[in-house]
Amino acid sequence: MADTFQLEIVTPEKKVVDTAAEEVQIPGKNGYLGVLPGHAPLITELSVGEITYRENATEQKLAVAWGFAEVLPNKVTILAETAERPSEINVERARKAKERAEQRLTSGDTSVDVDRALDALHRAEARLDVASGK
Amino acid sequence: MANILDIRRRIRSVINTRQITKAMKMVSAAKLRRAQERALAARPYAQMLTNVLKSLVARAEIYDPETGEPKHPLLAQRPEKNILLIVVTGDKGLAGAFNANITKAAARFLDSKHGKNVDVEAVGRKGRDFLRRRFPAAKVQTQSLADLAESMEAEREAGERAGEVQITGEHVGILGKVEFAQASALATNVIARYKREEIDAVYIVFNEFKSVIAQRLIVEQILPIEQIGEQAVRLAEEPTEEEKKKAKEAAVSAGVGLHATEGEGEAGTQFGTSQVDYIYEQPPEDLFRSLLPKYVSIQIFRALLESVAAEHAARMTAMDSATNNANDMIDSLTLTMNRVRQAKITKEIIEIVSGAAAM
Repeated sequence: MADTFQLEIVTPEKKVVDTAAEEVQIPGKNGYLGVLPGHAPLITELSVGEITYRENATEQKLAVAWGFAEVLPNKVTILAETAERPSEINVERARKAKERAEQRLTSGDTSVDVDRALDALHRAEARLDVASGK
Repeated sequence: MANILDIRRRIRSVINTRQITKAMKMVSAAKLRRAQERALAARPYAQMLTNVLKSLVARAEIYDPETGEPKHPLLAQRPEKNILLIVVTGDKGLAGAFNANITKAAARFLDSKHGKNVDVEAVGRKGRDFLRRRFPAAKVQTQSLADLAESMEAEREAGERAGEVQITGEHVGILGKVEFAQASALATNVIARYKREEIDAVYIVFNEFKSVIAQRLIVEQILPIEQIGEQAVRLAEEPTEEEKKKAKEAAVSAGVGLHATEGEGEAGTQFGTSQVDYIYEQPPEDLFRSLLPKYVSIQIFRALLESVAAEHAARMTAMDSATNNANDMIDSLTLTMNRVRQAKITKEIIEIVSGAAAM
């Protein structure tokens, strides 16, 4: 069996990644899942989180927010609403977004849309994690 | 007879104008190229999304087996009483009949829906200005997308309509750099209203852009979704042969490729179409439910991108013919000027000769 598979990550604005990867970790809605070459066909929705993939024995990370992935034995395609590399992330903005979301969640105000605030919080956290290289 | 100085001044002014129109043409050509690339870059995503939805349609039970009612609210057909129309125009003028054509089509559409309530979302300054002029009574709410939801809330409580036609949202200045987030925000808003049954159908009027010479003005139905992957075009206006010819000439002289470079990538067309049995991490129904709103977003996003490309193409063509007109004008003015100058010289000679003869 080949020891790599084709990995494509596509957003509405552009194709972010198109490469041969050895391994990828996808933030599935029901938890992270790791994919190696030869995986059984699978379709899953993504949650907010980070994608980690390995090409030529080096690890790469991307922050993604919502999307879905199709896994085939020799190919993985990921459609994400946003996918950002660490260098593309505006850390300052993410930090502010995080603070704002936290504030809204702890304010006790009943008019706050909790789902939206939580969503924003998760997005900001995922961005910060990827940017800091954790 | 005009005097030479006046004509000369006139020529100089036309030359200046020509310089501006020429520059604008080149700028539009460059922007067109960029807009084309962006529209192209959005295609794989749209294609894949469509494919996955199509394959899900086959696997998930979308329609209730007993009643035949669609399970998803976005597929539900209701009698059209309240309609939402999204009008996509440009923010700037000087693009030939580009904006006028769209506003005209929008007006015709509104006329055809006479007797029904129509909400209008205006994208682009030109369309907004037109709608404001035409429906001065229509209530206008200027707001950013962020607090659109809240103000909609407030409006619903007030429970009053401004008239048959009302403007519910204006989006100006987003066309310079169309981002998916903006299209997505608009789509979310529209979907929420559709689910609350405030509106029974959503249409979008925009200029479709396939390539520089293949453009048409269309009214497309966005909601309810009839057939995934098919455009539900309700009204289309093809450009005339003459317009096409002009666009072609403009494109050639500005060095823009006539055909949008094909190349959607095989990935796009193959995604999700394999005949293998997938493991679904989530039930297909759930997947379908979360994908459908994205489909609406991507359709609006595509409409915005294509409209931007079409606008630049229209401006390029308009500026090309303006440059040509300036050239013609300069030629004819130069001819007149030479004639006047010659006439003057002849007259002077006659005066001298007859003066000498009288002596």
